[in-house]
Amino acid sequence: MSASIAMAESSRSGGHALLDGAQTAWDMLSEEQMQKPITTGCEELDTILGGGIQCKAVTEIGGIPGIGKTQLGIQLAVNVQIPVQYGGLGGKAVYIDTEGSFMVERAHQIIEGCIADLFENFEHRKQSLVCPDILQPNSFLANIFYFRICSYTEQIAAVNYLEKFLEEHQDVNIIVVDSITFHFRRDFDDLAMRTRVLGGMSSKLMRFAKKHNLAVVLLNQVTTKFVDGSFQLTLALGDSWSHACTNRIILYWNGNERHAYIDKSPSLRSASAPFQVTSKGIRNVTSNCKRVRMM
Amino acid sequence: MSNKLISQMGLPSSLANVFSARNILTAKDALSLPEFDLMALLDVDRDQVRTAVARISEIACPPCRTALSLMEDRALTGGYLPTRLLGLDRALRGGIPFGALTELVGPSGIGKTQFCLKLALLAALPSSYGGLNGRVIYMDTESKFHSTRLIEIGRSSFPHIFNSEGMAQEMAGRIIVLRPASLDELTERENERSTTGQKQHSCHLPLSFLKSLAEFSQIPIVVTNQVRSQNNYEVVHYPFQGNTDRTSCMLEKLESHLIASLGIQWAHAVTIRLIFEAHSGQRFIKISKSPTSPAIAFPFLVKSSGIALLSDEGLEVTGSEMSTIRCEGLNVLVEGAEPFPHLGC
Repeated sequence: MSASIAMAESSRSGGHALLDGAQTAWDMLSEEQMQKPITTGCEELDTILGGGIQCKAVTEIGGIPGIGKTQLGIQLAVNVQIPVQYGGLGGKAVYIDTEGSFMVERAHQIIEGCIADLFENFEHRKQSLVCPDILQPNSFLANIFYFRICSYTEQIAAVNYLEKFLEEHQDVNIIVVDSITFHFRRDFDDLAMRTRVLGGMSSKLMRFAKKHNLAVVLLNQVTTKFVDGSFQLTLALGDSWSHACTNRIILYWNGNERHAYIDKSPSLRSASAPFQVTSKGIRNVTSNCKRVRMM
Repeated sequence: MSNKLISQMGLPSSLANVFSARNILTAKDALSLPEFDLMALLDVDRDQVRTAVARISEIACPPCRTALSLMEDRALTGGYLPTRLLGLDRALRGGIPFGALTELVGPSGIGKTQFCLKLALLAALPSSYGGLNGRVIYMDTESKFHSTRLIEIGRSSFPHIFNSEGMAQEMAGRIIVLRPASLDELTERENERSTTGQKQHSCHLPLSFLKSLAEFSQIPIVVTNQVRSQNNYEVVHYPFQGNTDRTSCMLEKLESHLIASLGIQWAHAVTIRLIFEAHSGQRFIKISKSPTSPAIAFPFLVKSSGIALLSDEGLEVTGSEMSTIRCEGLNVLVEGAEPFPHLGC
């Protein structure tokens, strides 16, 4: 009884909060135009994404094992740190690892590749544009906040805790969850409950994205679904989850090339772009026919 | 972390009492319910629930670390078990990594067990000989472990160690072989069940346990996996890939296709997957899934000293070939292999 009265009261005060947070479409437009996206490292992929992974949005990236989801996740956690003077956001990253796929040596390799490319692209400048300490692998590594999650309880706790964490670390510009699916596929027996818990989690993440002006990237696994008389690949966690994200990108094999496809987006057109996973990280597909040795 | 008791979290006692009165005792109990449900169950208002959940979450959340501190830890523990196969170690940036799950998958009789025996020896060897100087737990669920073969590999690969007094005994003594009845049971159950839902459940417990074990103790864990033939309805396409791919898909089905057992969920969960396969008259070890290496296949042979690579350069593998498992021209069956001629198994 008292709970329902309490809810009625809070909805009244909540109503004011709703109006306070409202914006006109025009204001939103100027904001959107000013917001710098996070580059993926591959120009073609950036192009179909409208410049890169958008801040203030939740992007889901799914694909079969080995296609490069974690690679892309680590790449984004590195690229978000590219200093403003080099065209980046100069921000920090939160990496929530639920499967133990984050290998720090690979992150180090990707960081080295990123720094090397920055120097190469800005070669014409005689001096470094920023203090040399910033463009060091250790400095990049120190800006990735890593949480290792071993159960769905810890995953829920971590997302809840992020509310406080993000207040204390205002320079975080990306949250990568690798993967959002893992723990929820196994231990949750009550599927209806699971949908609601996941819904709560995703709306929290969306709120963080908007409030703190950051990009949320959720990596997802795939599963098979029986549709129209045949099995098809689809992203895990079911149909109700698919409404939780702003944008959805699927990584897949197109012949011998890795491709990314924009499966769902309110603002981007459905398109596909090829990309490559090299020793330096995610890059464009090289146009020459001779395959370059990746090591 | 999930089992932390709410009573010990420093919540105001009135609130803590309400939680325990409703049988919400651990962090897991509290966090498994959506906020609305908790409010209704505990009969407290939203703000109180939110504060309580925030506190519980902060405590149940694992500590935050920077990637830099992870790197520093890695430097201390060394990080890899070198396989002594030059090309493979180079591609894997050191060898079989600590703290992760490495899977060897391939048809029976191709050489997975030979590889495992060698790895067990390498881990047991003293550090002065390049080993980890440690003990090994060898879980033998198919009764394939043969100590005679182990000693043979040891004598062939490291004659100076194994021929000296007592060393063979010392090395073999460091390898503990377990023949767990429970895992046997697990495999039997896996074969019996036909529905997908049950199959997924049966491999959960060892999976999360193995992964946590690997990470917290920072040791390498290697698992072998069987293969099965691909079913007719196992298509690997997304809806947006459309009809144009159907014809090539049909052609693919006509060839003999093997895939790893335990499905796509298991494939997501392992960190490194090494595929052992045979085609073009040779056997290959192929790095199929790895965060730090490109996909390369190395031709190999099984010798008395274990596995030996025929080439350290390897062949680059691209596209969907990375995850296929071929078994052509090899005198083995998918289930129930023809044993090696010189081994008495």
